[in-house]
Amino acid sequence: MLDWLISLWSDPNTRWILMGCTLLGLGSGVIGSFTFLRRESLLGDTLAHAALPGVCIAFMLHEVKSASLFLIGALAAGIAAVLCVSAISRLTRIKSDAAMGIVLTFFFGIGTVMLTHIQHSGSGSQSGLDKYLFGQAAAMVTSDVYTLMGVSVLLVAAAILLFKEFKLVSFDPGFARGIGLPVSLLEHAMLILTTVAVAAGIQAVGVVLVAALLITPAAAARYWTHRLPVMLAFAGLFGALSGASGAAISTLGGSIPTGPVTVLAATLLFVISMLLAPERGLVAKTLRHRSMKANYARSAAERSALNPAEGGNSK
Amino acid sequence: MMDFWIILTAVLVASACSILGCFLILRRMALVGDAISHAVLPGIAIAFLMSGTRDSMWMLLGATAFGLLTVFLIQTLQTSGLQSDASIGIVFTALFAVGVLLISLNAQHIDLDLDCVLFGEIAYVPWDTWTFGSTDMGPRAVWMLGITLTVILLLLGLFYKQFKICAFDPAMAAACGIPVLLFHYLLMGMVSMTAVSSFESVGAILVVGMLIIPAATAYLLTNRLGVMIGLSVAVGIISAVSGYLVSYLLDASIAGCIVSAAGILFILTLLFAPQHGVIAKFARRRSSAQTVS
Repeated sequence: MLDWLISLWSDPNTRWILMGCTLLGLGSGVIGSFTFLRRESLLGDTLAHAALPGVCIAFMLHEVKSASLFLIGALAAGIAAVLCVSAISRLTRIKSDAAMGIVLTFFFGIGTVMLTHIQHSGSGSQSGLDKYLFGQAAAMVTSDVYTLMGVSVLLVAAAILLFKEFKLVSFDPGFARGIGLPVSLLEHAMLILTTVAVAAGIQAVGVVLVAALLITPAAAARYWTHRLPVMLAFAGLFGALSGASGAAISTLGGSIPTGPVTVLAATLLFVISMLLAPERGLVAKTLRHRSMKANYARSAAERSALNPAEGGNSK
Repeated sequence: MMDFWIILTAVLVASACSILGCFLILRRMALVGDAISHAVLPGIAIAFLMSGTRDSMWMLLGATAFGLLTVFLIQTLQTSGLQSDASIGIVFTALFAVGVLLISLNAQHIDLDLDCVLFGEIAYVPWDTWTFGSTDMGPRAVWMLGITLTVILLLLGLFYKQFKICAFDPAMAAACGIPVLLFHYLLMGMVSMTAVSSFESVGAILVVGMLIIPAATAYLLTNRLGVMIGLSVAVGIISAVSGYLVSYLLDASIAGCIVSAAGILFILTLLFAPQHGVIAKFARRRSSAQTVS
């Protein structure tokens, strides 16, 4: 066990990937908390699928595989997707969840057409585009890791600098507008940060699973506290832990993929939080419920002992 | 003949999904369909590992059970106080992760390509045939989808009224004495069955696209459920056939082209639908503004 941990740290390549995944988990956990509170968790899923055509166009234009180019493509496609979702749900009677589903599959369908077109035209076979989609952190090179780290630092810094504004907009947009905050600007800023987190995360965990990086740590953190700063810290910690364990465990064997392990680690943390969190956890809730019941039964018994007539009637 | 089998498979997926999609859209559960179609992956992987073959019936049953498990878990998380979007996201990503992990750890035992899981490879459908005794009965996917579509038509035909009331007003359905939960799980069971039987032949993306896009298109065109189902199936079939033709011309993914075709039909409807379309709405607003002034 210890040898394994030491070997993780001594191999420079593994060390970089480990740090990249940990920071990515941290950043997405923090930004995910805001999307969680705004009840827009599944937007991450839409953004991830919508990134595909953007990534394909970026590749077609430049014919090289580069994480930062893909990031820009994914960002542009993600913003377009979000605009489409809000246009559909604003202009028609289709609800926002169905709108998300439509945009998600339509963008992904177009992306699939482009991807197969690239692959069949020959140049794409070595592009590594499909690796990008399923996420294999072990395939990352140093420049990819730098991009990941830069993105994560940006996410956390933005969350700290704009903490008060984001908090107000997440909890009470009406009040935020009332005191003169530029609400729609801030909402767009949050959206762009979420898109950045998703676009960076795809490479580590893949299109389908990247949504979990945003949702699961935030939902787990929510069980531990009622205060936003504490929740952000917990979400960041949970995200970082899952990212680190995903990267570490996947070094054990060539066939263990990073993404699923990361997501399962996050899910495990979620289940633990759901059961064992001190106040909102299921165990604590059940115990509280039981002690309340016992209390009530005791006081009812005392009452009926003091007042036999009433006790006789109630049964 | 090969084109025929591929188009038939696509049409069967499109019909089954676009019928069910109407109910999902009306119950505001479009994304639960998305979740189910991803979350059946571990069921398929486990069925593969246990039976060792592509024994269709076992796979269908085992993986359908996983679809229902997904719905159950989502519901449990929701009743324990978690908001619905987060519970959908947590459950389906966790189950999909289990599936991917199972497949990559047992890659030598499971004859399942991870790329196919997402994009599907409907072009291979004609080669994967089902032999009964010693006679070749045609592609396996067509049989599985045919059985699924029959089950859907049968259940909806028998309990159309119940499904309809549950879709529009679950509270009233409960008051009428309809077992709402049972019909909910029946619907979800049908969605899982469709997802499973189309999974490896056409990929998750086509299933999700066909569940949501045709039904949403039909939703913009009519206010009557029966008409909506008919229109939805029509949109699904038109996109399946035209998507196949386009994919032939572009030399690109069939599933991707079908979904894109459906998306384009949706955009056209969004603009030009007679009552709920964007252009009609603007025209109405302008004419009412003129009457006022």
